[in-house]
Order: sequence, then C-alpha cells, then structure tokens
Amino acid sequence: MRLRSTGLIALLSVSALTLSACSGGDDTEPEPAASTADVAEFPEGSTMAKLAEAGKITVGTKFDQPLFGLVGPDGVPEGFDVEIARIIASNLGIDEDGISWKETVSANRETFIKSGDVDIVVATYTINDKRKAEVSFAGPYYLAGQSILTLTTTTDIEGPDDLAGKKVCTVAGSTPEANLLANFPDTEVVPFGTYSECLEPLRNGQVDAVSTDNVILAGFAADNEDLEVRGEPFTEEPYGIGLGLEDDEFRTWINDTLEAAFADGSWTEAWEATAGTVLPTPEPPAVDRY
Amino acid sequence: MSSLLYDSPGPITRRRERIGSIIGGALVLALVALAVWYAAGRGVFELDRWDVLFDPPKNQSAADVWTSMVLKGLGATLRAAAVAAPLALVAGLLLALLRTARHAWLRLPAVVIIELFRGLPVLLMMFFGLLGFGWDAFGAVVFGLTVYNMAIIAEILRAGLAALPKGQTEAAYAVGLSRTQTLFSILLPQAVRIMLPSLISQLVVLLKDSSLGFIVGYAELLKSIQNNAQYFGNQYFIALFVVGGTIYLVVNITLSRLAVWIQKRSTRTSRGPIAPRV
Amino acid sequence: MNVIFDNIPAYLTGFLMTLKLSLVSGILALICGLFLAAFRVSPLTPLRALATTYVELLRNTPLTIVFFFLVFVAPQFGILAPLGFWTAVIALSAYTAAFVCEAVRSGINSVQFGQAEAARAIGLTFGQSLSLVILPQAVRTVIPPLINVFIALAKNTSVAAGFATVELMASGRRLATANPADTVWVLVGVALFYLAITIPAGILAGVVERKVAFAR
Repeated sequence: MRLRSTGLIALLSVSALTLSACSGGDDTEPEPAASTADVAEFPEGSTMAKLAEAGKITVGTKFDQPLFGLVGPDGVPEGFDVEIARIIASNLGIDEDGISWKETVSANRETFIKSGDVDIVVATYTINDKRKAEVSFAGPYYLAGQSILTLTTTTDIEGPDDLAGKKVCTVAGSTPEANLLANFPDTEVVPFGTYSECLEPLRNGQVDAVSTDNVILAGFAADNEDLEVRGEPFTEEPYGIGLGLEDDEFRTWINDTLEAAFADGSWTEAWEATAGTVLPTPEPPAVDRY
Repeated sequence: MSSLLYDSPGPITRRRERIGSIIGGALVLALVALAVWYAAGRGVFELDRWDVLFDPPKNQSAADVWTSMVLKGLGATLRAAAVAAPLALVAGLLLALLRTARHAWLRLPAVVIIELFRGLPVLLMMFFGLLGFGWDAFGAVVFGLTVYNMAIIAEILRAGLAALPKGQTEAAYAVGLSRTQTLFSILLPQAVRIMLPSLISQLVVLLKDSSLGFIVGYAELLKSIQNNAQYFGNQYFIALFVVGGTIYLVVNITLSRLAVWIQKRSTRTSRGPIAPRV
Repeated sequence: MNVIFDNIPAYLTGFLMTLKLSLVSGILALICGLFLAAFRVSPLTPLRALATTYVELLRNTPLTIVFFFLVFVAPQFGILAPLGFWTAVIALSAYTAAFVCEAVRSGINSVQFGQAEAARAIGLTFGQSLSLVILPQAVRTVIPPLINVFIALAKNTSVAAGFATVELMASGRRLATANPADTVWVLVGVALFYLAITIPAGILAGVVERKVAFAR
C-alpha cells in the first residue's frame, strides 16, 4: 500500500519538475523550509539528507535471532545488527526515539526495501549477486559462514557431508536453504518461517540438524546447553546492509561510516556488547565497494 | 434437538437414554480427567509455566506482555480485517452488479474474476502481494483478504438478488422506476437484508483468515505469541497460546452469535423469501 | 512466462504433495465428520455436547492456529506428530471434520419429516432408520456442499506451507526466491495448478446440484 503513496509522490514531483521546466529559466527546485545544521552536512536531495532532516529512520532487522536481533515484549530488539543500525542512525543525527524497528524475515527483505517500507535492512543479510540485482548492499560489516547445529548427544553428524539422508531444518527463502537444495540434494530440507522455530523440532528429534550461518547457530548454542555447532563453516556469507537499488550515494556514505566505526573502535564495542559475549572478537572485514 | 429422528421417548427408552448418558458422560469426563492428569504430570499447571502472564522473568513487566499481545497483536489482526472488510464489501457489491448486468461483456469479466478468486487460496493471494508486487506484509494481508472475500460476497449478493420474487422488479418498473432505481432502492436493500447472516459469517471467515498473516510475516496475534515465547522461553508457549486462542475464540464466537441473532430477528419480523444457501 | 515451463518438475512435486494432502485429509475428515454428525444427532446428551463443542470450537478457530498448536504448543505437552506431511494431515482433517459434520447434519435435517415417521411406524430402530431411510436420502443433498468443503480443503492445504511442509505453495515460494525477477509469473504458475483442482471440482458440484434438484 505504501508503494502507491510513494508512486503518487514520485508522480507529483515529476509533474512539479515539468511545471518548473515549463515556466522556463527558473531552475531552482522548491526547497524545504526547515534546514538544520545536521542536514547541511549531506548533499541536497540525498537519502542521508532526507533521513537526517526527518530525524527518523525505519530499520528492518530480525526479531528472533539471539545475539543479532532478538525482540522483547517492549518491541525494541537487542543484538549486533541492532547496534550497527544504531551507529548508522547516530551518524545521521538520529537519536534512539527516531529509530523504528520493523521485523524482516528472510523471505521479505528485498520486498521491504523495494516498497520503501524500511530505509535500511540490517538483518544477518548475506550479500550475493542475485540480491544485488534487487537491492544495493553496503558493507560487509561481518563475515559469517554456513554451519550445522545439532544436539550435543548426536554422534553421526560432524560436517556437511554427513547430512545426506538427514532432515535439516532451515528457513524458507533463505540463502542456506537454497544452498542445501543446490549442493546437498540427498538432504531433506524442512523449511520453517524463522530459525527459532527449528529448535523445538530439533530437541524433539523431528529434525536431525539445523543449518544456517555459524553466528546465528552460535547464538542458539550459547542460550541452550543441549545444542552445539559442528564442523567448520562450508560457505562464505558476508553480511551487508541492504538499501534501495542504485542509491550509490547512500551506499558510499554507509561504507564510509562503517570504516570509521571499524577504525574508532565503536564496531568492536558493539560486537563485545552483543555477540562478543559468547563469540571471540573477529577482525573487521574489508568493505566491498562494488 | 432434532425431533426428526425420534418420537418423544417412552419410559423404557428414557431409562435407557439416561443410562447411556451417564455412561457416555462418565467416559467423556474420564477422558478429560486423563488429559488433565497427563498434563499435570508434565508440569503444565506449575506456576513457573504461567508467571509470564502476571510476573514475567527477564525484568519485563506483565503490562508489556499483555500490551504486545492484546494491543499490538490483536490490534494488528483487527486492523487488517477492518481495512479489508469494507474494501471487500464494496468490491463485492460492484462485482455482483456487474454479474447481474444485462450485457454479456459486463457479465463475463465479473464471472471470470469471481470464479478465479474463489478457486485460489487466500495465502497465495497474500504471497502475490508480498513477493509478486513487493508490498509490505500489511498490504499483502489486506490484498489477500480483500480479493478472496469480494468474490464470495459477490456470490452471496447475487444469490440474494436471485432469490427475490420477480414481482418486486415488475412492480418497481410498473410504478415507473428506472433499472438503476429499481436495483438500488428496491432489490439491493432486500437482498442485503436476507443475506445479512451469510455476510456476517463471511466477515468471521475474513477475520479468521487474517491469521494467515503469520505466514507472510505480518506481526499479528499469533506472531506476538511466538515472539513472546521466543523471548521468554518455550515453556511459556502453553500459557501464551491459551491467552491468544481464547482471544480468537471470543471474538469469532461473538460475531457468529451476532449472525445467528440477526437471522432469528429477521425471520421473525419479515415474511420475505428465505435466504438461499450459497 | 518461461519460468513456469522451465520449472514444471518443481511445480509437479509440490502439486502431488498438495493432492496427497487433500486426498488423505479428505478421507480422514469424511470419516471423523460422519461420526461427529452421528454424535450430534444422537439421543445421548454427553455425545451431543461433545460433538457440538468440538464443531463450535474448530469452526471458530483459524486453521493457522490449529497448525500452530500442533507444531509449537503440542510438543510442550509431549505430543509429537511427525513433522511435515502427517502434522498437516492431522491439522487439516481435524479442522475439516467440523465442516463435514455441519454439511451432513444439515443434510439429515433436510430429509422430510414423514420419511422418519414412516420408518419408525414400521418399527425400524434409530440405527436402522438412520442408515436405511434418512442417510440414503440425505446423501443426495449433502454431496454438493461436501464437494465445496473439499474444495475449501484443497485450498487450505496451502497453510501447510507455513509449517514445514513443501507442497504447492511452498514450492512456489522456493521458486520465487530463486527467480526474484519473475515472482509474479512463478505465482501465476502456482495459481494455475490450484485452479486445476478447484475449477473441475466446482463444476462437478454444480452438475451434481442440478441433478439433485431434478431428482426431488
């Protein structure tokens, strides 16, 4: 529904442009009256300027991912992704009250960005070429890899090659699901809506393993003594920040912001306050300015 | 009770029925007791499986838990239904009018639309909104609810129009009303009235179907149960589910009762044709 | 458009699962629904109360909640249904049985009064009059609404996509994520397969209904 209103706004602005073009000579576009000191830092008309001026940003993140984005009943999520989003928001001059958190699940991240429903997505979001055709990515801000979670009592699964003939739970529409389907055809993939939904079936023996990015699994293993991560990661999953397609200005700015955060220690701080409580602190990755 | 199948029972039958009822009742009660005993054995009734509702752990307040379920969860469910229901009613009315139009080129598209959307799952229509057109979850849920229910409502109204006695139209024409006037001031009011119970039951269906939003990532009542269970731990699933399930039942049964009540009232006050089944 | 033809095998796997779900749940729902209907018209109050409660409860509960209960809540009681196909079958047949029961009950009530009275007058017992006189006549009026219940069931199998069952809808979602540029066409393909079930069944219901109307 939001799409329609943005379409309308686009239409209006186009007609406004045409009108000003028709009037001839006068090139100045209608300028918003308010302009604070913060806004002045950003190029006019850029996404950063718009967000900074509104003082509001809508962030799509996971609501059920321990260590990265896990929501409480008050509606404010906690985790590394959430902290990364906070770093970006604060660099836009947006305070905590100006951030609205929106749950995105693996299947709807592209659509939420395209519909303008969220401004950015920070949600354990793997950068890949297929998605690059739909949305743009800043980052990566973390390098993960697909791995396997089983019960501590399971003995016959030590790595991805042991998955043949096993029931493996993952999320419908996610990269791990696509990877399992493509590279492990003998594995029975059990798709749920979110990763957390996989845990009870795993405990109850209804599935044999859960497979997704190692850090997600590490979060579950840290919270549950009966679960553990097995084997080395068998894929590379660079986590990026999703934003509107071809918004290169915004992408470059987020990349700069990330690099600054890598350099001044706020990235490390964010990590240690969240995922770092159970995982070792890694080196910051190199930003990919494709 | 249906008196179709049996006469008023005599003394022997009554005694037999009483014995049967006692045995049957005892069996049902025994089953319930067994279930309760089994659940109790698994600790379902222990306080620490229910304290999330009044004294939740993790330094959260019970008010937040209830707000997240009732205000945010149920609120989102009702919001989707409240937006979709009027849309479906208006679009359904429009389709019903086209469906009963005189020209085939008006009727045909209406028939195709009605048959198409009646034959497709609501969930698929939601995925069309979400993945196909790239809308947000709310838009997708409203879209799915609207297009399916508008087709059903169109059929309900058409059946209502078809059930009216021909004399109504003839009398309207005889006093010089135009076709449009006849439709809007004579036929539709009566059709809506006799089909009101069906329309309300359809709105109950619409409300029930809004729970499909859970699958397309709309943060409605079920999702709020799940989020809370995820945050506080799975042992609270039963308590949270009991609350959420009760909310659904109360809302739906109230609406269903309303439909029955209206049906009773309208059959008492009007001698119009009996509502046909759709 | 090509995306549909390129992925026919994936669609077919999902379609077969949907058919299997519809058939197995349909048969189970029919059996349970008939029992429920017999309970609902029985002279024994507890049985009637049990069946009425069940039907009212299930008819006012969204199918999604029935699935949700089986998959997430029932394991907390220690009740584990095999995930996927059988969970879906249990949820779908438990839900549909309530609707079968209602259809059958209204069919029984539609049989003319004199039929039952005549059956009793010649000394048939409750069971005999139900099975030899009432039900054979009720079946005719019951079949069209029953077909509609099964059409609804076939569409309802799509809910299983949200609960770890890869049927038609879930296959479609997989294809949609694999082909992000052609999502609309992928979903149109899914729609065509559903229509392949629901439209013929709808036509059948119409034909039977007309036949029944003539026979009366």
